[in-house]
Amino acid sequence: MRQRWEESIKVTDILMWLIGAAILALIVSGSIATLAAGRYTSRHWFDFIIFGLAQGSIYALIAMGYTMVYGTLRMINFAHGEVFMSGPYTAYFVAASLNNSGFLDRQPIVSLLIVFIVSMATSTLIAVLLERVAYRPLRNAPRLVPLITAIGASFFLQYTFRGLYGSGFQAYPTVKILESPMVIGGFRILKFQAVVIGAAAFLMISLYTFIQRTRVGKAIRAVSEDKEVATLMGINIDRMIVTTFVIGGMAAGAAGVLYALMFKQVHFFMGFVPGIKAFTAAVLGGIGNIPGAMLGGIFLGLVESVGPSLFLDGLGIVAPYQLKDAIAFTLLVLVLIFRPTGILGERLAIKKA
Amino acid sequence: MRQGIKIGLIGGIIEVLLALVGMVEAFSQRYIISDVISMGQTLLLVVAMFTGYLAAKRTNRSEPLWVLANSLISGLIIGGLLSLLVILGSMVRLRAVFINASPDLFKLLTFNQGIGTGILLLLIFGTLSSSLSGLLFLSPSLLRGVLIRSLAGVAMAGLLQDLLRAIFAPWGPIAEINQWFFPINGLTVQGAVSLFILIAAISYFWRKSGSKMKTSLRRLPPTNQRVLRITSSFLLAVILLALPQILGLFLSEVLTIVGLFVLLGLGLNIVVGFAGLLDLGYVAFFAIGAYTVAVLTSPELGFLNLSFWGALPFAIVAGVVSGILLGIPVLKMRGDYLAIATLGFGEIIRILVLSDFLRPWLGGAQGIAKIPRPSIGSVEFATPQQIYYLILAGCLLAGFISWRLRDSRLGRAWMAVREDEDVAQAMGINLVAAKLLAFATGAGFSALSGAIFASKLGSVYPHSFSVMISINILCLIIVGGMGSIPGVIVGAIALVGLPELLREFAEYRLLVYGAALVAMMILRPEGLWPEAKRRQELHREEAPEIESASGAASGK
Repeated sequence: MRQRWEESIKVTDILMWLIGAAILALIVSGSIATLAAGRYTSRHWFDFIIFGLAQGSIYALIAMGYTMVYGTLRMINFAHGEVFMSGPYTAYFVAASLNNSGFLDRQPIVSLLIVFIVSMATSTLIAVLLERVAYRPLRNAPRLVPLITAIGASFFLQYTFRGLYGSGFQAYPTVKILESPMVIGGFRILKFQAVVIGAAAFLMISLYTFIQRTRVGKAIRAVSEDKEVATLMGINIDRMIVTTFVIGGMAAGAAGVLYALMFKQVHFFMGFVPGIKAFTAAVLGGIGNIPGAMLGGIFLGLVESVGPSLFLDGLGIVAPYQLKDAIAFTLLVLVLIFRPTGILGERLAIKKA
Repeated sequence: MRQGIKIGLIGGIIEVLLALVGMVEAFSQRYIISDVISMGQTLLLVVAMFTGYLAAKRTNRSEPLWVLANSLISGLIIGGLLSLLVILGSMVRLRAVFINASPDLFKLLTFNQGIGTGILLLLIFGTLSSSLSGLLFLSPSLLRGVLIRSLAGVAMAGLLQDLLRAIFAPWGPIAEINQWFFPINGLTVQGAVSLFILIAAISYFWRKSGSKMKTSLRRLPPTNQRVLRITSSFLLAVILLALPQILGLFLSEVLTIVGLFVLLGLGLNIVVGFAGLLDLGYVAFFAIGAYTVAVLTSPELGFLNLSFWGALPFAIVAGVVSGILLGIPVLKMRGDYLAIATLGFGEIIRILVLSDFLRPWLGGAQGIAKIPRPSIGSVEFATPQQIYYLILAGCLLAGFISWRLRDSRLGRAWMAVREDEDVAQAMGINLVAAKLLAFATGAGFSALSGAIFASKLGSVYPHSFSVMISINILCLIIVGGMGSIPGVIVGAIALVGLPELLREFAEYRLLVYGAALVAMMILRPEGLWPEAKRRQELHREEAPEIESASGAASGK
């Protein structure tokens, strides 16, 4: 009996590696074919990379929230995408009124700061409420229970915001000074993309220093290491968990404004797909690992923006850009199968079981 | 006192949210009692009464006066918060941000009386309703049970008026009932009062002598009991067969949708409820079933032009095979990783179907049309009333299979895997086989449902297979009770049938689902109709927790 079981696991393992090898072969042959065809110039690739970096740093900021909550609570905060959505959607009304009064054009930096603060405050509020109402009562429940709760909370939040603000797309006002391109070393970059990358990098570095250098950061790390020992050391677990939700909410709110700067529109459903992708990023980097989440986010953003043209175009696939989400999800599934601990993963997968 | 204020604030915020989300206004079109109280007002009233009841229950002192004061204060706060909303709405143009803060909403909230009188009325009604439920809390349990049941019964009758009206309409003299109870929109006053008295009398009688009747029924000789069981199942069969004829065209359509979801729910129940594998990409198999039938039968693509019955086995086999294929990669994943990976699978399949890349084979965003309807001999299953029988047959088959599987060796293996994978493996259960069989069976049911769905609509579009469907199905098995077969039916009726009947509800469907998922997980994780074993487990788990909590408290 035991032998039969071991055999069957081997068969499935071999099958998995075959699938993996097939996908790898597809990627390599597609890339070679694309590069050989030479349809894209280095300008194109550079644009793809910059776009990927900007998109990826947004994913990275959202992924911070996933990873930190996973670190302290060992649960996937499925509703984090909605925390991300709530901020920029609420701040939209502030941005629109600033735009209508002309203040946005006169004082773009001050206005942007106001929009950022409103967005971060809203996202933080939603994240804290979420923890208090939905997750805290279920701290010690079986593993599936908090996940199902989080899925429920996610849809509740989406449709509450739909009810409050309406179901249409809202066009975010553009900041005029950021629309023009600038030239660095012979390459053209759109200014808002540079702002997105710069702001995200600044936020990530400051968050990372906060976690590594301050007392609170140390306490959070202690809680995610071992809750009981942390309690013995006099750390207030509840407060630390709320703090992780606050930090995650702030990062998501900021990411939301950056997203709105890039794509110029908000919608009640805008958090769902970026949320799943940011989760992918967190898993890619090794869930529970903060630098890993940043790295994973940027990697995912790059793969998603370079991937369709590089891997699929050469294979003769029509309209490869339609499949960019499929690439991201395939990456997610592949990582979960072959390296669930992620690139920089701590061996959490074993510890949690 | 503090408790009353706190609970009142929560209740008030919920009411303000209900108003701003637009539910109150949308629900005001339908009357529970004609020209007296609308569904929107009932919603506000129910929340206020529940808040008052909770405030009464949470009072730390047992003196009736304190209890009453607490619920009164909570009601006052609810009225106050709603009045604040009204005042704010009259000063600022809230509509610039909250699209549902329309003049109609404020008219509704102020009872069409202008701000001053309106606010006074709001405060009075808030206090009145919550202190009434405070009184209800203080009244003896017999009276309380009877009153709550009759109030709920009247509200349900008003809510389901379309259904009841359609049931009574074709029965000649009985149709007079409609005239007495609900002539146009909502119950009449005399209808509501008589219904209230009727339910009160029945539930009073049941409370008094219900248990006596149950025991006397149990004491009947076994042969009599068997006769009773056979007649009742025969009756059930007759009702099931005659249902579309009783209900008419529109309600039969609703019934077919509920049936398709029951079929889907039975499949997911095996995967999630029995084997504990949280599958969020379940809609993929529904899509695979539907698309297999579409590709094989539709003359639009012109591959094979099979009949429905020719394509059905292929659809089910395609579902089962893809269930196994998608199951293999996720064999080693647990809990939340599994959920996210399956969600990824579901999305990959939807994106592929939608893409231009596979358009020559799958029709892209336009989908595939002209799918022929199934027929036996010269009888075609065209109207919902006919398709109902097809779906009923599918549901009975799936229900029978899952009922037999549950108590089989395989079913017990699934439950063991659900409770603890490592221990199950140590007990000699073949994890790979158990998991793959769960995925395959679930996928097979789902593909069957998809196949019927495709031939019912006559066309398939990628947009019918979004992740929402997966969430919908997950929701209905959780609300019904994970692992419970009757629970799936109850869940499908409550979460799919009810929203179809209340068209105003459609927009708020997922909002309510989300709230229901959270509330169920916190308050009643076993579901509405739990499996007997699972209920025991959950309650056994609760007991030691309370003990250890009190132990820790006394330890301090």
